[in-house]
Amino acid sequence: MDVKLGVLAGDTRAVARAITWVENGDPRGAEVIRGVYGSTGRAYIVGVTGSPGAGKSTLVSRLAALLAARGQKVGILAVDPSSPFSGGAILGDRVRMFDVALTRDVYIRSMATRGSLGGLNRATRMAARILDAAGFDWIFVETVGAGQSEVDVHDVAYTTAVVMAPGMGDDIQAMKAGIMEIGDLFIINKADRDGADRTATQVESVLQLSMTTGWNPPVLKVSAEQNTGIESVVDTIERHRTHLVASGKLDALKIRMAKLDVLEILKARLADTMKQQLDQPAVQAELEKVASKQSDPYSLADIIFEESWRNT
Amino acid sequence: MEQKIRVLVAKPGLDGHDRGAKVLARAFMDAGMEVIYTGIRRTPEQIAEVAVQEDVDVVALSCLSGAHNTLFPKVVDLLRGKGADDILIMGGGVIPEDDISFLKQHGISEVFGPGTPLATCVNYIRSHVKKEA
Ligand code: B12
Ligand SMILES: Nc1nc2c(ncn2[C@@H]2O[C@H](COP(=O)(O)OP(=O)(O)OP(=O)(O)O)[C@@H](O)[C@H]2O)c(=O)[nH]1
Ligand SMILES: [Mg+2]
Repeated sequence: MDVKLGVLAGDTRAVARAITWVENGDPRGAEVIRGVYGSTGRAYIVGVTGSPGAGKSTLVSRLAALLAARGQKVGILAVDPSSPFSGGAILGDRVRMFDVALTRDVYIRSMATRGSLGGLNRATRMAARILDAAGFDWIFVETVGAGQSEVDVHDVAYTTAVVMAPGMGDDIQAMKAGIMEIGDLFIINKADRDGADRTATQVESVLQLSMTTGWNPPVLKVSAEQNTGIESVVDTIERHRTHLVASGKLDALKIRMAKLDVLEILKARLADTMKQQLDQPAVQAELEKVASKQSDPYSLADIIFEESWRNT
Repeated sequence: MEQKIRVLVAKPGLDGHDRGAKVLARAFMDAGMEVIYTGIRRTPEQIAEVAVQEDVDVVALSCLSGAHNTLFPKVVDLLRGKGADDILIMGGGVIPEDDISFLKQHGISEVFGPGTPLATCVNYIRSHVKKEA
C-alpha cells in the first residue's frame, strides 16, 4: 500500500495509517505530509468544544449525517483524554456516532490526548491536513470535554462551535475567561429539556460584554438527540464561513494556520533534541550542580539550548 | 516515536451481555492501550469498517449468545476483503470447547472463555502485537 497515493485517492486504510504515523511521530508521517500538503486547503474545518457530556459527539454525528445526505464528504476527529496514570484511554465519542459510522463518505477517527492539555492531541492538526488532502469537504474536530483552558481547537478550526446543555449557569460564569471567548457560535443542546431558554439568555448576556469584530456569535437551541435544529447549525457555520471569506479574515487565518503548522513541527523537533541533550551522560554532572545550587537552571538551560540548536 | 497499541473491543450480533466487554476495555486501558468500544449489537460490517477507520492493531470480539461461529468468521472475511490482514483478531465469551478449533481455522487467533484472568488477555496482546504499549 502506497500510503501517500492512497491518501490522495481518499482510500480509508491509507488515511487511517497516515494518521497513525503522524500520531506516533513516525518519520513516514512527515513524508506523507510533505507529499500531500499541496493538495490541502479545500476542506472547511469546524471545531466543536464544550462541557463534558453536553452532547458534542451526538451533535457532530447529526451534522455529519446531514452533510453526507447533501453529498458532502465528512471527516471527524474525536479526541478523548488519555489516563495520566497508565497512558491508555477508552475512546468513547465513537459510541454516540455509530449511526453515521457506515454512511458512505463519513470517516471517524478517535484520538487520545496522549498528555496534551489543550483539549486536543498534538497530531490533530496534521491529521486534519491528511483528511483535507484525502478530499473531505468538511472536517469536524471534537475536543475533550472542556472547561476553561482547553482552547487549542481555536488554532485548528476556522469556525469554533461551543456546545452547552441546560442547567449549567455556574459553568458559564466559569467558562467566561476561556472557551466563551473562542466561540463563533454557541449551541444550547438538549433543548428538549427544561431550562434551555434560561441558559441561552445567560450565554447571550455574557456575550454582550465581549467586543465584536463584525460577527456577533449567534446562540442556537437544538436537540441533537431528537435531531431538531441541526440545519440551523449548518446554516450558521456556512454564514460564518461567508463572513470570513468576505472580510478577508479567512486568508489571514490560513496564514496563521501555516505558521502554526510550522511551529508545531519546530516544537516537536526542539523538544526531541533537547530531551536527548538532557539525557546525555555529560549533562548529569551539570544537573547535580543545579541540584546542589552550584549552578542555576537558567544557566544550564542556556547551554543545552545552544547545543540543541546546533544539532537540530 | 511513541507507539500505542490500539484495540477495538466489539460486540457483534444481538448479544446484550456487555459486562465482559467493558471489563476488558478497562483492563486494556489500564495496560496503557487505546481502546475503542463499539457498544452492543453491531454488525460484522460495522465492526470491520470501524477497525479500518481507526487503524487498530487488535479486534477483540466478545460474544456470549452462542452466535460466534457465524459472526466471528464474518468479521475476519470482511477485514481481509478490505486488505486489513495485519490486524490481530481474538475472540472470547461463552464458547464451547468444540468450537475453538473451528474458529481458529477461520482466522481467530485465540479464544478466551469465562474466568480468564485479565492479565492473560493483556499479555496475549502484548506478545502478539509488535509494538510497545
Ligand atoms: C450476567 C449475565 C447476564 C446479565 C447480563 C448483564 C450485562 N449487561 O452484561 C443478564 C441478566 C442481563 C443476562 C441476560 C441474558 N442471559 Co445471561 N448470563 C450472565 C452470566 C451469569 C454472566 C456473564 C458475565 O457478565 N460474566 C462476567 C464477565 C466479566 O465475564 P465474560 O463476559 O465471560 O468475559 C470474560 C471472559 O469470557 C473473557 N472474554 C469475554 N469476551 C472476550 C473477548 C476477548 C477478545 C477476550 C480476550 C476475552 C473475552 O474475558 C472476560 C474476563 O475473564 C452468564 C453465565 C456465565 N457464567 O458466563 C449468563 C449467560 C451468558 N446468559 C445466558 C442467557 C441465555 C441469557 C438470556 C438469553 C436469558 C433469557 N432467556 O432472557 C439473556 C439475554 C440477554 C441479551 N440481551 O443478550 C446464557 C448463554 C447461553 C449460551 N451462550 O448458549 C449464559 C451462558 C447462562 C447459561 N449458562 O445459560 N445475562
Ligand atoms: N435529552 C438529551 N440528551 C442528549 C442530547 N444530546 C445528547 N444527549 C445525551 O447526553 C449524553 C452525552 O452525549 P455525548 O454526545 O456523548 O456528549 P459529549 O459532549 O460528546 O460528551 P464527552 O465527549 O464525554 O464530553 C448522552 O447520554 C446523550 O444521549 C439531547 O439533545 N437531548
Ligand atoms: Mg464526546
